[in-house]
Amino acid sequence: MSEELSDLYQEIILGHNKRPRNEQVLDPYSYKAEGFNPLCGDRITVYATADGAGKLDRVTFVGEGCAISRASASIMTTQVEGRTISEINKRIGDVIAMLSQADEPEMDLAVEGDLAALAGVRKFPARIKCATLSWHALRSAIENRSDTER
Amino acid sequence: MSSASFDVASIRSQFPILSQVRNGKPLVYLDNGATTQKPQCVIDAVSRFYSEQNANIHRGAYALSVEATDLYDQARASVANFINAGDSREVIFTRGTTESVNLVAATWGRENIAAGSEILLTVMEHHANIVPWQRLAESVGTTLKVVDITSDGALDLEQFEHLLSDRTRLAAFTHVSNVLGTTNPVKQLVQMAKAQGAVTLIDGAQAVAHGPVDVRDIDCDFYVFSGHKLFAPDGIGILYGRAELLDAMPPYQLGGDMIELVSFEKTTFRSAPDRFEAGTPHISGAIGLAAAIDWLGGLDHRAVAAHEAALLEHASHELQDIDGLRINGTAPGKQSVISFTLDCAHPHDIATILDSANVAVRAGHHCAQPLMKRLGASSTARASFSIYNTVEEVANLCAAVRNVVKLFG
Ligand SMILES: Cc1ncc(COP(=O)(O)O)c(C=O)c1O
Repeated sequence: MSEELSDLYQEIILGHNKRPRNEQVLDPYSYKAEGFNPLCGDRITVYATADGAGKLDRVTFVGEGCAISRASASIMTTQVEGRTISEINKRIGDVIAMLSQADEPEMDLAVEGDLAALAGVRKFPARIKCATLSWHALRSAIENRSDTER
Repeated sequence: MSSASFDVASIRSQFPILSQVRNGKPLVYLDNGATTQKPQCVIDAVSRFYSEQNANIHRGAYALSVEATDLYDQARASVANFINAGDSREVIFTRGTTESVNLVAATWGRENIAAGSEILLTVMEHHANIVPWQRLAESVGTTLKVVDITSDGALDLEQFEHLLSDRTRLAAFTHVSNVLGTTNPVKQLVQMAKAQGAVTLIDGAQAVAHGPVDVRDIDCDFYVFSGHKLFAPDGIGILYGRAELLDAMPPYQLGGDMIELVSFEKTTFRSAPDRFEAGTPHISGAIGLAAAIDWLGGLDHRAVAAHEAALLEHASHELQDIDGLRINGTAPGKQSVISFTLDCAHPHDIATILDSANVAVRAGHHCAQPLMKRLGASSTARASFSIYNTVEEVANLCAAVRNVVKLFG
């Protein structure tokens, strides 16, 4: 297996794919949005509840998707709980930028834990949308609109 | 595996792209359902046109334009001969299958489909043979009826017959499914549709590269396909229509080359095929298509079919041996298309891992979302074989799929 491929499918990613965190429907929820990739038909729904003080206290997802999109969604749910909406919006922007840029990311991956494992996707342009799908969906959810990721 | 009259190595040597190597691995191109590669003679025909023959057609009173016009007309005649149309006037050049279907929907459909009539489709259609009809049905207030498949992916013929009625104005169905590989008994379907007075349109996009098509024997009203899936350039395709229908159809796009007389008071239109070819057409595409047809004509189509059937059988057999692998579509007489899923890995992940072995397959819904829903999958991986594929390539495919299982299983 090539180095790039083993970078993409690291144990961390495969683990999140097999045993995702927070893969469930939230009911009731404060925010919900569906991310849809019309190219491959993948569909991920993101749910979140807010705590009344402007922070998200729970984020979950359900849906069909490849290992990359599922792992990314799973990692995302562990990253945003307890943060304020504006912190989360900034975080989403930073992560999407990190995943989409071919050159060295600004983000310090050394401190990013599981998220760093997703960085391997940058060598696979055809897969970047898989990795960003759930993040776009979360952004739509908190902006309260449904989203189709192109 | 291949018969004496079929030498796959000599076929391969005519396709320059097939000698490509990436990261030390030869290209194993198994996405022929999406588009086929082009033999050198097609590339040369297009290149020769631009280096030696280029002029606009139906225009100049000079030799070059006359020659270009001749080539374009000859290309139409080659296509007519290829599908055994009665007259080359029945062959219209379009951009491809999609435009051909849209053309029929926008012209014949607009004039002939009215509220209360029905359009019969099948669940295995490509979006190109669904959405134009759906749009039309919505705008005139008619309904679409959809024929299901059986468990092996064959068309449910009983239901096809059952859903036909004297309200059915059109039956539109694919010749070969781009996902299941199923070859529909088109001649029989046309007979059933005709018995109810329905017009028939056949989507031949996946059929034409795999064996001879005889539109008069099938007896359909319209037959559509794309050049790029037939070893020819992209951007060129065919609408075959029976002259009687074409002559009664209004024009599609309007402009130059399709008019008889224009004044600001009134314009009259030429008859088919010109009526449906407004503007400067894809001349080099038509010439490339004719070159591809010529090239195919030089091969023994029985030997080609036997070669592809052997690849299909071998690949199906090998893949079925892999734990957790499911093949969608096992109807008898199917073409060399294998859609599959793995319990342990998503089609997108399969395609990425195969790509790292330089094995090109498609993953996704294959522009057939209703079929995906019917199959209960959001997507599949698909290996589709052509004339130039080999048993060694099947082995590469299977080894790569086994690697996916090793990684994900
Ligand atoms: C069965 C079928 N119909 C229609 C099409 C559309 O062809 P094109 O994109 O060349 O118009 C395809 C190609 O993907 C196909 O496989």
